[in-house]
Amino acid sequence: MSSLPQAILQRTDVWRGAATSNAAPGIASGFPALDAVLPGGGWPTACLTEILPRNEGIGELRLLGPALARLAGDGRCLAWIAPPHLPYAPALAAAGIDPERLLVVRTRSPQETLWATEQALRSAACGAVLAWPAAARYADLRRLQLAAEKGAGLVVLLRAPSFYASRAAGEASPAPLRLALDTANGGLAVHILKRRGTPLGAPVLLQQPAVARYAAAGIHADHALDRTQPATASARDLRRGHAHA
Amino acid sequence: MLTPEPCAIACDGRILACDARTAARGVAPGLALTAACALVPHLAVRPRDPAGETEALLGLAAWATQFTPSVALEFPDARFPHAQLSSTHTLVLEIEASLKLFGGTAPILATARRELAAMGFTARIASAPTAKSAVWLARAGREVALDPARLATGLADLPLRLLDCGADTCAALAAIGASTIGDLLRLPRDGVARRFGRHLLDEIDRALGRLPDPRTFFTPPPRFHARLDLAAEVTQAEMLLFAARRLVVQLAGFLAARSGGVQRLALQLFHRETHATEVAIGLVAPSRDAEHFTRLLRERLDTLGLRAPVRAIALVAENIVPLAGEPLALFGDGGETGGNGGTGDWAKLVERLRARLGAAAVHGVATAAEHRPERATRQVEPVAAERRRLPPRLPSRAAALRSAGTGVRPFWLLAQPRPLEEIGAVPHHGGPLVLLAGPERIESGWWDGGDVARDYFIAETRDHAVVWVFRERRAPGGWFLHGLFA
Repeated sequence: MSSLPQAILQRTDVWRGAATSNAAPGIASGFPALDAVLPGGGWPTACLTEILPRNEGIGELRLLGPALARLAGDGRCLAWIAPPHLPYAPALAAAGIDPERLLVVRTRSPQETLWATEQALRSAACGAVLAWPAAARYADLRRLQLAAEKGAGLVVLLRAPSFYASRAAGEASPAPLRLALDTANGGLAVHILKRRGTPLGAPVLLQQPAVARYAAAGIHADHALDRTQPATASARDLRRGHAHA
Repeated sequence: MLTPEPCAIACDGRILACDARTAARGVAPGLALTAACALVPHLAVRPRDPAGETEALLGLAAWATQFTPSVALEFPDARFPHAQLSSTHTLVLEIEASLKLFGGTAPILATARRELAAMGFTARIASAPTAKSAVWLARAGREVALDPARLATGLADLPLRLLDCGADTCAALAAIGASTIGDLLRLPRDGVARRFGRHLLDEIDRALGRLPDPRTFFTPPPRFHARLDLAAEVTQAEMLLFAARRLVVQLAGFLAARSGGVQRLALQLFHRETHATEVAIGLVAPSRDAEHFTRLLRERLDTLGLRAPVRAIALVAENIVPLAGEPLALFGDGGETGGNGGTGDWAKLVERLRARLGAAAVHGVATAAEHRPERATRQVEPVAAERRRLPPRLPSRAAALRSAGTGVRPFWLLAQPRPLEEIGAVPHHGGPLVLLAGPERIESGWWDGGDVARDYFIAETRDHAVVWVFRERRAPGGWFLHGLFA
């Protein structure tokens, strides 16, 4: 490496093979099939991970859920920067993610999102930084990547669905790991667009247990009430309401 | 330094002080104002501001209490406004008791010099065994640290003008060949006392430690307020920060003297026409870190649109709370582990984000025991730093039961339920929705006016996203999108 001309090493678009050999152990994703194909056997730390879902609500948070739950369980702070909607505390608690560990940051412009993300990366306080940057140029992402390399946490950029289309156009990104999410056979298909090491052709299919749970919830008599018994339902809710009031 | 043109301060038609550019043209203190204006064409002459000088000295005295509680002030002698040597403002610090804490004279002097420079003051600092001798040395421009054995010899060649006496006394002494303190000491004491009064000898005796020299020590005010008049009107945030930095250093010294910190400070910007702008900084935890304050101010000033040019700034800090010392890690600062991120890191991150984005933009979330989905989550203060040191809590059994009792909830909740199109009794969201599970009836809240009656369903969109929708049970009914499972 050191014999290479410095000019080559300084270029950001030169792939360096040595980086694959010493991939640091990652944070287990909770999906063995995915861990098997991720360098380091899990979500990589101290580098950017870019996730491009095909559409909103496809399962991007369920994919990250087990890792986030583990980090929150270790008492680490999870920074959510410019999330598109309100993170819903009961769902987080149900997924094992202590809502108290969340630090939600709302921003007014893409520049503020990038700035806040960089601040969170530069601080050693966060175990994971999830950011939803609306627009980011290559230089911005490169800046974030450099900031992420100094830290030790999980860094995930969740891109808007409009970026899913542009992945085919081969938009360059400094993120060492890029995933595209799609659905297939009722499960989640994870296309690894880029990773450290050899490229992976076929997508990883994940059966998301949550979907099965929805079905279970549907048949469960306790909270799936038959529409023919509205009176009992409202009466029970009324009782609960009193209990909480 | 802040002015675009050369600047000097004048008093009674004479130059009292000038900046480096003016001095380079040959202007010196004492020169007639007319002569100075002839030498420097665009000289900005300002009148002396005695009230401002006093305020600055009091501010410095408050800052200096970080070195010792015994700080005395010496103001210029009003009787001799033009006497160069005795017209300076002087702070007298008794540092003997602080030597052990700071590790000797040199570290105290170095810290004082560094912080004075950061505050934009020039100072001449001397240390000596008695207060008076130290004042004389400093006023004579001898920046030395005199040890007790060399006190008399160190003072011997100081000019007699330093003494608290009139010009005619000095002239009379010079006429008999006495121009330095050493010369005066060699004269017969009783003769000097008869001719010039005991006063002169008493002064020298106090300097040499032969007579007591009691002083009234400065009592710092309970709150911090420091004002800085800008030499020129400022329109740029960076210039403001540069000026504010001077006050921040003063604040840090003030707080260090009290072993205290502040959780809130305000920078006031004074304009010529309109009323002052206040830039308030709130901190998660009390602090007295000048660097940290400066960073927070930078974030705020960067995003602040100045309404008008700023003439003066003031830094105000009211509630000073005791700040316990930071325990040091046993092995270094723990930075190498890169791991857990101390509570300090966390508080600083929250403060930086809030300084730029506003306090409401940074928050935590918590569950609430409530059936209406929009009320089951609430925005809370980010969890206090102290609690983060506790071992991770096990998932509470109550929470687990609660979630089991209320069915599955989506990760994202829409701030406002979004109405969905209904075509042929089927709700549409980018295509017909397939209902996967439900209904879960939520009917609650009649007692506070926010009552809802909804049947919630989990549905899948045509592009396989899982969403949370409800059907309104009240008129006019209709389907609404309320969450995304993500």
